[in-house]
Amino acid sequence: MMRELLSGNEAVARGAYEAGVRVAAAYPGTPSTEILENLARYDRVYSEWAPNEKVALDVAVGAAYAGSRALAVMKHVGLNVAADVFFYASMTGMEAGLVIVSADDPEMHSSQNEQDNRHYAKFARVPCLEPTDSQEAKDLVGVALDLSERFDSPVMFRLTTRISHSDTLVTLGERTAEDPIEPPEYRIDRVKYVMVPGNARRRHPVIEERVKKIREFAETFPYNRVEMGDSSLGIVTNGVAYQYAKEVFPHASFLKLGMTYPLPERMIRDFAARVERLIVVEELDPFIEEEIRLMGIPVEGKSIFPICGELDPSIVRDSAISAGLLPASAAIEIKALVDAPALPMRPPLLCPGCPHRGIFAITNKLELVVNGDIGCYTLGFLPPLSALHTCGCMGASIGVAHGVSKAGIRQKNVAVIGDSTFFHTGMPALLNVAYNNSNTVTIIVDNRTTAMTGHQDHPGTGRTLQGQPTFTVRFEDMARAMGIEHVYTVDPYDLEQVETALRICLEAEAPAVVISQRACALLPEVRRQWLAIELDSDLCIGCGLCFDIGCPALVEAYHLNPKHDHRPQRPWIDPLLCTGCEICAQVCEHRAILFREGVREAQEVVRAPGPK
Amino acid sequence: MNRRKVINFLITGVGGQGALLASNVVASVGVRAGYDVKKAEVHGMSQRGGSVHSHVRWGEKLDSPVIGRGEVDYLLALEKLEVLRYLQMLRPGGTIVVGELKIPPLTVSAGKDVYPDDEKVRRMLGQMTDDYYLVPTLTLAKESGNARAHNVVLLGTLSTLIHDIPSDIWLKVVEERVPARYVEVNRRAFEAGRRAGLPTE
Repeated sequence: MMRELLSGNEAVARGAYEAGVRVAAAYPGTPSTEILENLARYDRVYSEWAPNEKVALDVAVGAAYAGSRALAVMKHVGLNVAADVFFYASMTGMEAGLVIVSADDPEMHSSQNEQDNRHYAKFARVPCLEPTDSQEAKDLVGVALDLSERFDSPVMFRLTTRISHSDTLVTLGERTAEDPIEPPEYRIDRVKYVMVPGNARRRHPVIEERVKKIREFAETFPYNRVEMGDSSLGIVTNGVAYQYAKEVFPHASFLKLGMTYPLPERMIRDFAARVERLIVVEELDPFIEEEIRLMGIPVEGKSIFPICGELDPSIVRDSAISAGLLPASAAIEIKALVDAPALPMRPPLLCPGCPHRGIFAITNKLELVVNGDIGCYTLGFLPPLSALHTCGCMGASIGVAHGVSKAGIRQKNVAVIGDSTFFHTGMPALLNVAYNNSNTVTIIVDNRTTAMTGHQDHPGTGRTLQGQPTFTVRFEDMARAMGIEHVYTVDPYDLEQVETALRICLEAEAPAVVISQRACALLPEVRRQWLAIELDSDLCIGCGLCFDIGCPALVEAYHLNPKHDHRPQRPWIDPLLCTGCEICAQVCEHRAILFREGVREAQEVVRAPGPK
Repeated sequence: MNRRKVINFLITGVGGQGALLASNVVASVGVRAGYDVKKAEVHGMSQRGGSVHSHVRWGEKLDSPVIGRGEVDYLLALEKLEVLRYLQMLRPGGTIVVGELKIPPLTVSAGKDVYPDDEKVRRMLGQMTDDYYLVPTLTLAKESGNARAHNVVLLGTLSTLIHDIPSDIWLKVVEERVPARYVEVNRRAFEAGRRAGLPTE
């Protein structure tokens, strides 16, 4: 049998394909993005990027109402956006299987919080399945769809970063489902699907009853599994934590939960009775632990293992030793380093040639308060730019800026939001600025792609997830349609243009939009136009102003090679990194950095006298 | 042949440098050699020029995809500063293979921080193990025809340190994972890395 190394995300996509999913929708978000990117390659599945998670889940619900198996995919905080849908879908049930993938991010590798979305499952009375590796991730998608249809309930499929982005071996299967030859008749059932109070009151007891049935089903669910070993320690665990616990306690007894809501009470009770000490090893919240405690069973969990951040084998081992679960001799020997230097940090940063840099150079110059949003431009908060002053969640920038404007402050304040983020949740907030008339200036930093998650298409790119050409939405038209009169499109590589437009908008004392339009420097078609620019060292006085824009291609020559140049504060432009965006050249007050044209001329001079 | 039960690799570098390709190759070679293989990495924000690392494990039967502190057998670093961040992950006496490439972080480029000099790097490596290799990856990659192939140079050196896997398995996996027009360059880079790793006459 063919076994392939697949990431959890690739495996979920494969599982959805094999299990006959016909419609899938998502908004990109780490660590979930690759699921739809991979699913989009199967032409028997319709896959799309929706503008946000709420829309994606509505789309999946609609497909399931219409009798097709459906998948909606999002990162954990995406379910906050889609929560309204999640709750009504639980109330109505569907005509075909509906699975909602929630990719949680313990440790916040790429997120603003590490909320534990199992609470949503309980909150909405929706079963929650959790795989422990890629094989289970693939297989459980089909199981989840069967479960969804059997109990007429959406199913939450919870991943975490270490499941999504770990590769393990998977045995592939085939797509077994037949696609319908004729479109099916839409089954009308107004009492079930129209959630007006009268109908909803009828549905609520139904879903409470449903949870009881699923709880009973969980007692024999094969992915809830007891693995008896030494009876002195019993470990209840789930997801990737199961793998860590297996590694640290190879001889203990395990109750591995493939379904973490609702929990199989008899199974847990029986397991607890067979072991001397019962513990729960789970990441983030004490979700399983509290449920077990509610059953009246003595159990330990977060008194031993941390609630914050992700676990790993070292954390599980060290915590276990501290709690006396393992002897001190079980510690892994680590050699102590003597005289270790403090290492310079290397945080992620705005790339060389990033168009966002031009905007931040000017918002800094004008000393604006900047309400930021979620995307690459969030990195503008880092020194030396330090240009972004708030950032909470997708689409927050414009509403927050409007609130600041209405409250009134001494400085001027603006919103900075990316193109994809604007489509996600920025649009209603801009409408609010127009409707309630504040002097908020909204800067849409349009780099023609969803850059942070790896260049996904969106309604402004003219292409769909599955590569079809489509209508390109124009920000100018949208802003004007909302009734905003001050709308300017600028090139962020032209600092003077940015400054002029911003000054006009700031003085307008009316709703205003500046669209900063320039494609991400990492897009393939842009890479082909890169041209490194150079320093004229005769003109450079070493003022160091160019370093304020925080471009990684500018290296302080003195620190790079003290023998070469003894004067500090002078840049060397790394030709392997520089894209030729010319922002540093415009910041330089001494014209010491050549523009592209100057570089070309200089190269001509060098080439001219050479023999042909 | 008497195989080790588990072999743990930690691959580190700077986002955009080719650390992910290197870890994919190590993982694939493990599969070809008949091991159970697990790999863990983090995507997203850190790719934008930040510090990146990837765990690869080979074994008869593996649990965690993530390696515990002090359990790394081979620490593979594409960049000299990035190796220092992860020294405590190494099993005492484990093997370190470092590319002699220096990418100053922004604070260093702007003159606000100091990049550790080579002597300090060697001293730190030497504290962890006697078995460390500094490979002139950038020079060898340039000689092979493309500076970006420095990651494959490092894989070439690594391949000489794992004795029970023939080099052609490594080379075949590399060739499958690079674009067709770069196969020749990468083959040369891999061989250059191997020569750097094998004992000189």
